[in-house]
Amino acid sequence: MSAWTLIDAWIVATAILTALSCALLGNFLLVRRLSMMGDAITHAVLPGLAIAFLVTGSRDTAPMLIGAAVAGVLTAVLTQFISHAGRVEESASMGVVFTTLFALGLVLMVRAADKVDLDASCVLYGALELTPLDTVRLGGFDVPRAFVINAAALALNACVIGLLYKEFLVGAFDPMLSAAQGFRPQLMHQALMVLTAVTAVASFETVGSILVVAMLIVPAAAARLMTQRMPSMIAWSLLIAAASSVLGHLGAIEAPGWFGFRETSTAGMMAVAAGGWFGVALLFAPEQGLLAQALRRVGLRFRIGLEDALASLYRHEEARPAFRAGPSDFWLRRLWRRGLAEPGSKGWTLTARGRARAVELVRTHRLWERYLVDAANVRPDQAHHASERLEHITSSDLLDGLDTALDRPARDPHGRVIPRDSRPAP
Amino acid sequence: MTWPWSIHTPPAGPEHAASAAVSIHDMTVAYHRKPVLWDVDLDIPEGRLVAVIGPNGAGKSTLIKAVLGLVKAVSGDVRIFGEPLERRRAWIGYVPQRESVDWDFPVSALDVVAMGLYREIGWFRRVRAPHRARSLDALTRVGMESFADRQISQLSGGQQQRVFLARALVQDARLYFMDEPLAGVDAATEQVIIRLLRELRDAGRTVVVVHHDLQTVQEYFDHVIMLNTRVVAAGPTAEVFHRDNLHKTYGGRLTLLEQAAQAVADTAGR
Repeated sequence: MSAWTLIDAWIVATAILTALSCALLGNFLLVRRLSMMGDAITHAVLPGLAIAFLVTGSRDTAPMLIGAAVAGVLTAVLTQFISHAGRVEESASMGVVFTTLFALGLVLMVRAADKVDLDASCVLYGALELTPLDTVRLGGFDVPRAFVINAAALALNACVIGLLYKEFLVGAFDPMLSAAQGFRPQLMHQALMVLTAVTAVASFETVGSILVVAMLIVPAAAARLMTQRMPSMIAWSLLIAAASSVLGHLGAIEAPGWFGFRETSTAGMMAVAAGGWFGVALLFAPEQGLLAQALRRVGLRFRIGLEDALASLYRHEEARPAFRAGPSDFWLRRLWRRGLAEPGSKGWTLTARGRARAVELVRTHRLWERYLVDAANVRPDQAHHASERLEHITSSDLLDGLDTALDRPARDPHGRVIPRDSRPAP
Repeated sequence: MTWPWSIHTPPAGPEHAASAAVSIHDMTVAYHRKPVLWDVDLDIPEGRLVAVIGPNGAGKSTLIKAVLGLVKAVSGDVRIFGEPLERRRAWIGYVPQRESVDWDFPVSALDVVAMGLYREIGWFRRVRAPHRARSLDALTRVGMESFADRQISQLSGGQQQRVFLARALVQDARLYFMDEPLAGVDAATEQVIIRLLRELRDAGRTVVVVHHDLQTVQEYFDHVIMLNTRVVAAGPTAEVFHRDNLHKTYGGRLTLLEQAAQAVADTAGR
């Protein structure tokens, strides 16, 4: 076990700030289906940075951010312009814009590297491990510069989204309504793009321009699986982002050792950890997870099997007082265990509780048959199959409505009695 | 200039009544140089239930969007109760086409209805309990109160349309624009919506509806605008909704025409 040092603490703290500020914006990119735009902007800010270097000849933060913001807006505007003027779909024009700007940025970076101390691979992949070496004095402490920058980016994002949550929400869900209400969705869209660009620049030193897109999108995508509401989605995405940062750094210093390698990049492992969380959410999310869906299907199938067995017992009771054939032993035993049916001297019979439930099912089935034949002109033999399914999903309100609409019929289209109470069939 | 955070006065009483709810003068709208609306001159009277009809691509939705400033007109002038749009935004409710939004969006039915109040709430402020209570009232008016907490993708098409309608109702506007609110909804929803539109009209509101079903125009609407890039006819349904105008509006589309002619004949025979 490598020793956990102050350096590690700074690395993890910086990583968390980066991940949080990215994830916060990622929620809005994701629900607007603009994940690709996040990718485009994080690449396209490169020429903005390079031009800022070339013009000022320094690595000061302010010109970098201005350059990035301009490039970010330019990407958004150019993308819309090209897709409109060239009549191509937005993702195609995005592809044109951001690859061109990215390539331009790389060329400019190489030129800029002659003048200033600038490492292209650092911008691409980040150098989270090196950030504690570059510190600023803050209130008597040496604080890593990247920590301060990412804290500022997070504060900016939190303030803007906190203040304009409702405006971003309506602009994302229904830009037409937002415009009709005078909320300037176009302006909100560009504000989101500027925030994305600024956040991307702030994150470059830590996670790099390529992995920042993972931090933008993956926590939000995992969070979307966990919940159906925007506020809790944001909360989940922040939690997942923070967890990915901690896990990412632990993974970077621990995991390679298991395979006999030296430490690896924390930024890379953060993306891997976020991907892992997404996988966990995909499998185990409470409603939308694959496991929950499978369980729901199995549960439904089981309930339908049980209900079919109940109804079939009732139908046999209707014909003869008791019998031996009918539902398989598998279902009979399960009915017995639930106190819905019991074995007697002359075979299986329904208990009072079982009969009440069975009457409800048979009543639903026969009312639907009546309705389908009378009101929807379905042939009686076809009505049976439809009713067979409907009987399992009809609420008691709907059933009452059906009964009233049909004027409380006594018999189904095949002439069988529609049962109304649960006394034993005569 | 109006500041974005200024407080908007709620719709005023009849002393503000102008002769027309909407006056459109010489409006032309084009996409990629192809005119979609050409030289539209229209007065929409106040307190009527108005249908906008015409074939596909006739510019029905564009007319609404141009009036609301959502698409830019090449030329023309729009007055809402005698004033420019910017001064009347608070008086206008808008129901876009149902397909225009992403129903997988992580919000509940109640959240969507509350969006109708965002303009009244104003920039930077939050949705609070009284807003939620009013939104729930609006959902109750469309029979959807028990679905308030449902995520919107779990609603049927007709229920989604009712949520949209509730969102318009909660604004308590004087003038409503609705883009195909009856498209693809079930019969029960259609009846709920029509009843509400009539209630709005009876309360003196003006409701402009893009409508596609020619057979129900006479039954549902008092006033009709027949559009095919230009305005073919506009006026009380009884006066303008007849064979000649339908022919001019729909050209050679015989199947539609026959439907409409049948509808006209049926009504005349009653």
